[in-house]
Amino acid sequence: MIDPDRSAGHAAVEGACEVQIHHIALSYDGGRTQVLKDISLDIRAGELFALLGPSGSGKSTLLRLIAGFNTAQSGQLLVGGEDISQVPPHQRNIGMVFQNYALWPHMTVRDNVAFGLVERRWARSAIDTKVAEMLSLVGLEDYAARRPNQLSGGQQQRVALARTLAISPRVLLLDEPLSNLDANLRVQMREELKRLQRRLGITTIFVTHDQEEALTTCDRIAVMDGGIVQQVGRPDQLYDDPVNRFVARFIGSVNLLPARVLRDTEAAEAVTRQLKAVRVESDVFGIITVPAHSVPPSETRGELALRPLAMHLAPEGTAARPDDIVIAGQIVER
Amino acid sequence: MQLQRAQSGVAGALDTSGSSAPSGTGTNAGKLNAGKLTAPSEAGGIALAIAAAAFLLLFLVIPVATVIRAAFADGAGGLTFGHFGAFFGLTLMRESFVNSLVVALLSVLCASIIAVPLAYLTARFAFRGALLIQTLGVLPLIMPPFVGAVAMQLIFGKSGSVNLLLSEHFDITLPFMEGLAGVVFVESLHYFPFILLNLTAALANIDSAMEEAAQNLGSSGFALFRRVVFPLALPGYVAGASLVFVKVFDDLGTPLVLNVTNMLAPQAYLRITSVGLEDPVGYVISVLMIAFSVLAMWLASLTLRNRDYATTQRGGAAAAKRALRPWQAVLAYGWVVLMLLLTLSPHIGLLLLSFAKVWSFSPLPEAYTLEHYATMFGDSGGMLGNTLLYCGLAALIDVLLGVTIAWLILRSRLPLMKSLDFIATASLAIPGLVLAIGYLRTFRDVEINGVALAGSWLLIMLAYSIRRLPYALRACVAALQQVHVSLEEAAQNLGASRTRTMQRVMVPLMAGGILAGFVTSFITAAVELSATLLLTTSQGQAPMSYGIYLYMQSIAGRGPGAALGVLALVVVALGTFCANRVMRSLQHGRQELP
Repeated sequence: MIDPDRSAGHAAVEGACEVQIHHIALSYDGGRTQVLKDISLDIRAGELFALLGPSGSGKSTLLRLIAGFNTAQSGQLLVGGEDISQVPPHQRNIGMVFQNYALWPHMTVRDNVAFGLVERRWARSAIDTKVAEMLSLVGLEDYAARRPNQLSGGQQQRVALARTLAISPRVLLLDEPLSNLDANLRVQMREELKRLQRRLGITTIFVTHDQEEALTTCDRIAVMDGGIVQQVGRPDQLYDDPVNRFVARFIGSVNLLPARVLRDTEAAEAVTRQLKAVRVESDVFGIITVPAHSVPPSETRGELALRPLAMHLAPEGTAARPDDIVIAGQIVER
Repeated sequence: MQLQRAQSGVAGALDTSGSSAPSGTGTNAGKLNAGKLTAPSEAGGIALAIAAAAFLLLFLVIPVATVIRAAFADGAGGLTFGHFGAFFGLTLMRESFVNSLVVALLSVLCASIIAVPLAYLTARFAFRGALLIQTLGVLPLIMPPFVGAVAMQLIFGKSGSVNLLLSEHFDITLPFMEGLAGVVFVESLHYFPFILLNLTAALANIDSAMEEAAQNLGSSGFALFRRVVFPLALPGYVAGASLVFVKVFDDLGTPLVLNVTNMLAPQAYLRITSVGLEDPVGYVISVLMIAFSVLAMWLASLTLRNRDYATTQRGGAAAAKRALRPWQAVLAYGWVVLMLLLTLSPHIGLLLLSFAKVWSFSPLPEAYTLEHYATMFGDSGGMLGNTLLYCGLAALIDVLLGVTIAWLILRSRLPLMKSLDFIATASLAIPGLVLAIGYLRTFRDVEINGVALAGSWLLIMLAYSIRRLPYALRACVAALQQVHVSLEEAAQNLGASRTRTMQRVMVPLMAGGILAGFVTSFITAAVELSATLLLTTSQGQAPMSYGIYLYMQSIAGRGPGAALGVLALVVVALGTFCANRVMRSLQHGRQELP
């Protein structure tokens, strides 16, 4: 995937790390509550990657595991090729923006942003320069002396971001960063986050339960449910080629109709396979040919996923295009 | 759009695998020899937990267990119920037992009669007296009941101000302060705030929709109160009432000062101090006192179980306050003013007494002097110093333990931490007298550098810290609960180690709560009498509470005693004021985390 913004070549991109997760499993209560079940993911350097799923799917647990606040029972976590499973949270240099921002109320905006640099024993003047740079990055130069509770939600969000970016983290973790903002601000911040991420080229993992947020913002998405990664892919892949019922339903709206794969002659099947399509039979449509990413064996029973976006209501007698499937019907109620 | 239309209008594929089977995810890295990830070392947490548990074990569990064992020991290493038989065989003991129960129950009743109308008034009516009622809620608590008892005798006693006026004008006298009635009178006036505060909070937590729904269905007036409001507020009432019962049942100072000895606590004290540490009756009484305290708290917790009626929901409003009708307003103000006068009477009496040159058989003192204060400062500078030392150290231990236990309960995943909390809180049910007896028996042969521990002030200080630990613990737990865990994690995430996180984030954020816990522990320890009476072995190590009690034993000492009482009152009032200010600013200043 080529992105014009990113190929512009910022220095920071070269420092970006990939994150590899191998067979991570995590459970509570001595194994009774399995939160993460054998998760494997490859997150590329400089990528804006979303963990998308309903609440309880394990996405936040996985994010906190990368930050070091949860410990897996098994599996490996590599950042930039180095296994960091045993590194305590404060030595990981993986920045995290918390859902509630977690700004310290007893410190000013300046002190909040400077916190990590003080821990790294930076010189005073260097800290001042960096803090000013970070605050101007998020457009809050004039708010340095304020306290967090004197800021709006959007401003708090920016301070949290500035505070995290100040330590030049290897990876940026965002835990439901937009969920506490009102609808208008959410769209604005979403764009801003995306721009900032592109500019810095920092590997970013974004946890959200909002599919629109993930689809519009992120390069790739891992859809999670029940502690399992259901599918990983670009937004258009998830939309057009959901691998199972959960993903089909979770991304966009969909109608699911029972259907059966038809038995055909060898030759005919070879043709449809080459076209990445399959002939199915369903009650509503009769026998039709539909696109299929992978072709299931004949006689398989399953469901046909139909996006409302792809349907079109036309008066009787309208000329259909060759590829259209036309079904006659009448409006019962509107 | 175009693309999808071209694909026959069907976007998607057959779902053949059910809803949530694992799909082959991006990586197919094969079977990696997955390293076992272990939890970061909890060694620090374990060490802290062991230290806290050892302290509680040594100074709470073992002494109390010693007392209980002594009550059942037959002297030859076996168990016996004989001591209990002997106890109930004594007429005086049977009488004391019944008296203590009756006094405690009557005090709960009287305290309820005072507190329930006041609570309902503040919570449900637009009432200008609300501030007065709040004052009522704090005033009695800042003066130990035994100090008030002396002053109240001068006002309500047989030859006190009120009875002198009554006999002069109406030729009657009322026996407010005679025997058990006097104890009930003093105790209920002193402890009603427990019911008032708890019930007011419970009433304020009832969602207005609860009452409105009942009104909508046709309920009103007293029926509304009885069928909806009171049941919903019941947990608050029970919590307050059980506290009053326990406090009164365990109180030693008030009966002693009023010269009522046929109750359990005075009997235990007299037995141990006159007959000696070997007298089993003292232990039997101790066990009975523990048993009834535990019983009262257990009954309260039974009532509270599954009744978390905090019904105010997000967006739900507290009940709208109704206006009082004129006759209701008259009644309400009358009741509040009467209660305020009664509640203030010990304070006023004490103040008068401290300035009175002569005050007997007259409604008010006949001449005034400052000399009691001079005497008091001359005699008892050491006592003030002792109080500051013991209570300061005890409060320090309390907040250190409080922060430690709060952190262990809320932030560590170590097992058994709930029971640490339980034990620390259980010291509420242990009367000061019992704890002191336990110390005397447990540590009687223990010497530190040749000094007997049982005779040193260390035990007084330790008894204070154990007795007041629950207050400090609750304050620290509340303070830590207000600090969202993400504030701690954010610090670690930005590179701060555990210690640095403590130092830069946790302590500054908890400071207010810790300070409030310290002050609460300090001021309540300053007025603790029962443990003090038993553990003080010489004048030199006596704190103020002991001094007041000692002064009050003689007629001549009442003046300086009252002066010392006023001093204690000022210290406690200032402390309470500061603690309240800190708590309030904490509540206002705390960051609202979304």
